[in-house]
Amino acid sequence: MSEELIYTRPESLRERKTHYCPGCGHGIVHKLLAEVMDELGIREETIIIAPVGCSVLIYDYINADGIEAAHGRAPAVATGVKRVHPDKIVISYQGDGDLLAIGTGETIHAANRGENISVIFVNNAIYGMTGGQMAPTTMSDQITKTTPYGRNVQDVGYPIRACEMLNTLAAPVYIERTSIHDVKNIRKTKKAIKKALQNQMDGKGYSFVEVLSTCPTNWGVAPVKAAKWVETAMVPYYPLGVFREEKETV
Amino acid sequence: MSKSVLMKGNEVLAEAAIRAGCTHYFGYPITPQNEIPAYMSKEMPKRGGCFLQAESEIAAINMVFGASGAGARVMTSSSSPGLSLKQEGISYLAGAELPCVVVNMMRGGPGLGGIAGSQADYFQATRGGGNGDYRTIVLAPGNVQEIADLTVQAFDLADKYRMVVMILGDGYLGQMSEPVILPEPDVKPVPKPWAVSGAKGREPNKVMSLRLTPDDYLEKHNIHLQELYKKVEGEVTQSEAYMTDDADYLIVSYGTSSRIARKAVKMLRNEGVKVGLFRPVTLWPFPMKELHDLSKKVKKVLTVEMSAGQMLEDVNIAVNGVTEVDFLGKLGGALPEANEIVKIVKSYG
Ligand SMILES: Cc1ncc(C[n+]2csc(CCOP(=O)(O)OP(=O)(O)O)c2C)c(N)n1
Ligand code: SF4
Ligand SMILES: [Mg+2]
Repeated sequence: MSEELIYTRPESLRERKTHYCPGCGHGIVHKLLAEVMDELGIREETIIIAPVGCSVLIYDYINADGIEAAHGRAPAVATGVKRVHPDKIVISYQGDGDLLAIGTGETIHAANRGENISVIFVNNAIYGMTGGQMAPTTMSDQITKTTPYGRNVQDVGYPIRACEMLNTLAAPVYIERTSIHDVKNIRKTKKAIKKALQNQMDGKGYSFVEVLSTCPTNWGVAPVKAAKWVETAMVPYYPLGVFREEKETV
Repeated sequence: MSKSVLMKGNEVLAEAAIRAGCTHYFGYPITPQNEIPAYMSKEMPKRGGCFLQAESEIAAINMVFGASGAGARVMTSSSSPGLSLKQEGISYLAGAELPCVVVNMMRGGPGLGGIAGSQADYFQATRGGGNGDYRTIVLAPGNVQEIADLTVQAFDLADKYRMVVMILGDGYLGQMSEPVILPEPDVKPVPKPWAVSGAKGREPNKVMSLRLTPDDYLEKHNIHLQELYKKVEGEVTQSEAYMTDDADYLIVSYGTSSRIARKAVKMLRNEGVKVGLFRPVTLWPFPMKELHDLSKKVKKVLTVEMSAGQMLEDVNIAVNGVTEVDFLGKLGGALPEANEIVKIVKSYG
């Protein structure tokens, strides 16, 4: 009997024991990114910017050149790298605290300049790495380490919708929000990441993919329930879909 | 031999940087160094380089981090309040051992302070305002020609030691026009096998400052950094001794204040007072031994600076009690006057 290889670890993903918690969305997004890098044949062309957050060690998983930014500064670091290597693929991978709190300025201005980079934004509605404090994307009434009575929007404001905010800018060519709460949406997420990278390869400009993700550990729920919470609590507030897509010019 | 031209300090700095192979500049406007980004924005596009006005000093220094990590010769410039914001990035650059040139054309503080030149960021420059045990090489030009020469050196030193090199000038120096012979374009490219450029046919490179595992990774890295800094202390110290051979008194001063001190030395010499000037050019590493040896031969040392006594601490360390150290400090952008210095030195006799 001959064996047929139907699935293997992407070359762009290192063989390595994960440090992510069971049910964590980061691992899924890493794998999707690695698969896309293989499919596009860009592993040796890619420079990944590691953020400060649970994915700070992304360069230990993605088998490509990596550079680690200070908290929130990934888009600025990506800008510096890209301006030196305009022909390389530069990916800024960031969490919600990184991208929408401490790094809001860098986020908006890199998008506004239309830097030809791809931003992958993993929104898990919490600060994962520091043990579960309120994020700018923490849901109304959500309990976290720093909102023990639930997020009071009268006091600390409403969760920020990144795609909608960036969609007010002229320069971005692609803005989409996806989710990883089930297989269908995981597939859509992969497609979105691929499009974001393809755009960059084609020199089109700034692409932004927000991925609604899970942090079972800091949400205090089991992985399956976490996925369900994304679907029932997050998706209604953070609508999925394409916000911006550059029209194909013939 | 190129002939001398009359140019402003800030513009000379920018032109010298381009001639030294600086291909990328990121900055945010602040007085009194605005001629640097203006010059860069005009020249870089014409000469194949990149000028980008960042949204803040924080963004600018992190763009520098990215460009340096990607292997480029890169520079940012600012003035005091802007340097405060750059401290985070400087610490990360030091942690990741990334070379770059950072310019501070100092103005008075604290806070927004004023726009006149000052020397009140000596501590920030030489002690570091960012977190962690790190050092930056600090070069202090005393005239416009030296701005040109030290700028070229700054890039070479940065690449050689993989360190942040700071050019510490001030508003007076940056705004001043003097004749200058610009350096010949002479780029000495240094191979940077550690830079990120896409892992084509090689193992991926990682540029980072996080060092978690194994347990002693960070300790070992810090030991390595300290060894590097020791080596730099032995190799790059620079200073100027002016009329010190027979001096009874020694003035120690750098940058703009040293220009006035030099004038005072000339005035005093005309009156027969044996006084000399010691001018540190590297503020870190501070020329400890050179100053110590000189101070042994004089009756008194007078430190003159435009701060409340920051370099004074290094002077005291260098002199180490072998002679008395006096101090004249000017605050908030005020300049010392040559007459004032003359009077003080005469009072010693
Ligand atoms: C300047 C600075 N402030 C604070 C921190 C602490 N810190 C580390 S990660 C983090 C938040 C990360 O949250 P997020 O970006 O959502 O990433 P996640 O871990 O959830 O993926 C914070 C506040 C830091 N490292 N640096
Ligand atoms: S703390 Fe949350 S975000 Fe971090 S690895 Fe665990 S599940 Fe993932
Ligand atoms: Mg998060």
